[in-house]
Amino acid sequence: MYSRQQKELNRLQTKVSKGSMSRREFLSRVSAMGLGAMAPGLYMQSAMAAPKQGGRFRQGVTGGATSDVLDPGQILDHYMLNVQFGQLRNNLTEVAPSGELVPELAESWEGSNGAKTWNFKVRQGVEFHNGKSLTSEDVVDSLNHHLGEDSKSAAKGQLGAVTSVKADGKYGVVVELSGGDADFPFILTDYHILICPSNGDGTVDWQSGTGTGGFSLVEHEPGVRTLTKANPNYWKPNRRFFDEVETLQIADSSARENALRTGELDAMNNVAPKTADLLKRQPGIVVDVTKGNKQVTLPMLTNVAPFDNNDVRTAMKYIIDREQWLQVVARGYGELGNDNPIGPANVYRATTDELPQRGYDPDKAKYHLKKAGFDSLNVKFHAAETGFGGSIDAGQMMAETARPAGINVEVVREPDDGYWSNVWMKKPFSACYWSGRPTENMMFSTVYWGEAAWNDTYWKNAQFDDLLLKGRVETDPTKRRAIYVEMQQIVHNDGATVLPLFLQDIFAINDKVRHPDVIGGNWELDGCKAAERWWFA
Amino acid sequence: MSSLARIILQRLGLGLLTLFAVSLIIAFVVELLPGDITQAMLGQSATPETVAAFRKEIGLDRPAHIRYFEWLGGIFTGDLGQSLASKRDISEFVGTRLSNTLFLGGLAAAFAVPLALLLGLLAALYRNSIFDRIVNLTTLTSISFPEFFVAYILILFLSVKAGIFPGISNVSTNLAFGDQLFRTILPALTLTLVVLAHMLRMTRAAIINLLSSPYIEMAHLKGTRAFRVIVYHALPNAWGPIVNVIALNLAYLVVGVVVVEVVFVYPGLGQLLVDSVAKRDLPVVQACAIIFAAVYILLNLLADIVSIVSNPRLLHPR
Repeated sequence: MYSRQQKELNRLQTKVSKGSMSRREFLSRVSAMGLGAMAPGLYMQSAMAAPKQGGRFRQGVTGGATSDVLDPGQILDHYMLNVQFGQLRNNLTEVAPSGELVPELAESWEGSNGAKTWNFKVRQGVEFHNGKSLTSEDVVDSLNHHLGEDSKSAAKGQLGAVTSVKADGKYGVVVELSGGDADFPFILTDYHILICPSNGDGTVDWQSGTGTGGFSLVEHEPGVRTLTKANPNYWKPNRRFFDEVETLQIADSSARENALRTGELDAMNNVAPKTADLLKRQPGIVVDVTKGNKQVTLPMLTNVAPFDNNDVRTAMKYIIDREQWLQVVARGYGELGNDNPIGPANVYRATTDELPQRGYDPDKAKYHLKKAGFDSLNVKFHAAETGFGGSIDAGQMMAETARPAGINVEVVREPDDGYWSNVWMKKPFSACYWSGRPTENMMFSTVYWGEAAWNDTYWKNAQFDDLLLKGRVETDPTKRRAIYVEMQQIVHNDGATVLPLFLQDIFAINDKVRHPDVIGGNWELDGCKAAERWWFA
Repeated sequence: MSSLARIILQRLGLGLLTLFAVSLIIAFVVELLPGDITQAMLGQSATPETVAAFRKEIGLDRPAHIRYFEWLGGIFTGDLGQSLASKRDISEFVGTRLSNTLFLGGLAAAFAVPLALLLGLLAALYRNSIFDRIVNLTTLTSISFPEFFVAYILILFLSVKAGIFPGISNVSTNLAFGDQLFRTILPALTLTLVVLAHMLRMTRAAIINLLSSPYIEMAHLKGTRAFRVIVYHALPNAWGPIVNVIALNLAYLVVGVVVVEVVFVYPGLGQLLVDSVAKRDLPVVQACAIIFAAVYILLNLLADIVSIVSNPRLLHPR
């Protein structure tokens, strides 16, 4: 009797680990065998079966272009982020799937002098793909790659506070900042700040694609296809299970979905919200979402009338029916924004008690408009699909909902080309999106700080800027939380950004792919690290 | 034949002049587009400092006409230059893309041209019959749908439902010829359906046009079979217009397939051109435009030569 039961149990467990049986079905079958109390444990045991080595992981992703280069400072979009940050190279620090900061190529670090001086201990015994050992020289040159006058790195702004980077022995690096920043190790998780081998003359070799990552470059045709193979000496334990990873640039979403359905891909990013439900119904395909900080924003320039008046800005925040936007723009794949850029993947996000959700309220909008001295207001909303997908439709909806408040919104369709140079930060009211940042300080420092290069509203609030500098050097979590909640309240009430929505990234995989229960929310496809974190059943 | 050689040389000379004009227009138009490569590459992260550093690095701080003449000088020494964005030699990566495009275009032409000629001949032979009408109706239907729709329909039936062909054309350089052929069949079929009607109807019309001529009547009267009349008597005189339409469609197969490339994720020249225009990568845009223009010029030249050779009146002008 016992052996028959054991046999049946083994069979069910195999089915679960292969993914061909759901949790519910397993639990009911096991309970029927009289093992109800043990069932959940048995399920976990089989579902969490140790990852297996092997296979070629084929992913179809977006955001690649023929002009892509292997320079980490020039990563612009998902494709190169996936290849460089997710496969070829490592950072000094990493954001774990749980959202915590964990060591990567830096073994440990320590801030001193009011978080102005940072000492990093470089991990020993790590080899680049070409066999060269990782030393402090590689780290110093890799950081300096983003600094200096001649650098065109996109991380130049992030590292703006860095005054010097010096080696301290073979495995020590000292970074000096012009102002204290308790979050500096978090900044180093940025996907641009990857460690490349030094050329020995102060520059780094980024051209070859050599790194310390889980996969080394085999073939790379920019904007088309990249093939990498497993790095046999990868230093991370319990990571990198695939033998090979093939990354394909597929711009057309129907083409990506077809390729996944016909078995030519194992995973794809960027599922169009309008077809996600159809894709879900396909047998053998799993559709899932990443709840990140990606956000739709409508920046209003505070250096021009009428948006220099906070009552006008507040009125604008009341004329949007956010529920409608969530259904139309995001097809339900997202959550309501509250004119506050701190999102679901952040630690110190204000609760709804601390910051009540703002809704559609034309009466309040009218009230604020009156207070600002206007009976009615004409506003032009400059939008293009580049700003955020669906922004033109969203603008039309806003025009409808704004009318009862006496605000006439005219939607101006702008060309996609040159949108970021000619419209964003130039026109008084435009469409924009942000990927969000893993920490409150990074988000606020990048876009909302009065001194930030990307302060896309030119908004300046002395109290806010003061709190920002305080928060950077504060190490006590309770006090930090208090500071960041207060900053969120200031942005919500006085800020110049209407933030109606947080968007979820939808991805799809076939039923052969396995991933850990908790996946990263910082970027699409498990923080863009699917290649080293996932495996085949 | 010396007059033919003279015509060819003359046309080649004019072709070079056309290429020069094309390159000048492209340079001017790309200069007119809003933004430049630095802004396009850096996107949202284009701050004045990074843009300035980037412009200096790729020499974009110099005036446009100087850059153009430098590029032109390079062309005469056989150097297509480097991509501004990736610093790679253009000849190196345009070569692979071009061979992919030519492979796809060639395969589509291998399906489409014989099929169009055969169906056109048969349609002329059995004109106004049920067969003629069905052929016309189906090919006109397929040409009337947008390319991406034809492509999706083929994917739906031949790939998703039947599972015969792959849904995307994942080709790479080190693929065996058979594999490459197999993975290119669906886009080639799509293109075949798109260009078939044009060539078929021209073949049919050109032949029917001749069938009322006295010498065809003579052939009928002496008892020649209808098919033989069409192939041996009508077709030789119809080659001129037919070949011109074929040349036009072949050129289209090379330069006009961006949509099909996108749907099938086929790494051809069209996608490269679109990417490069979006990024304002002028040298790459120029290289692609020159190749496309050269294809048009050469195919048209070829069509003219064939019509001259097939027509004694043109071959020996008085």
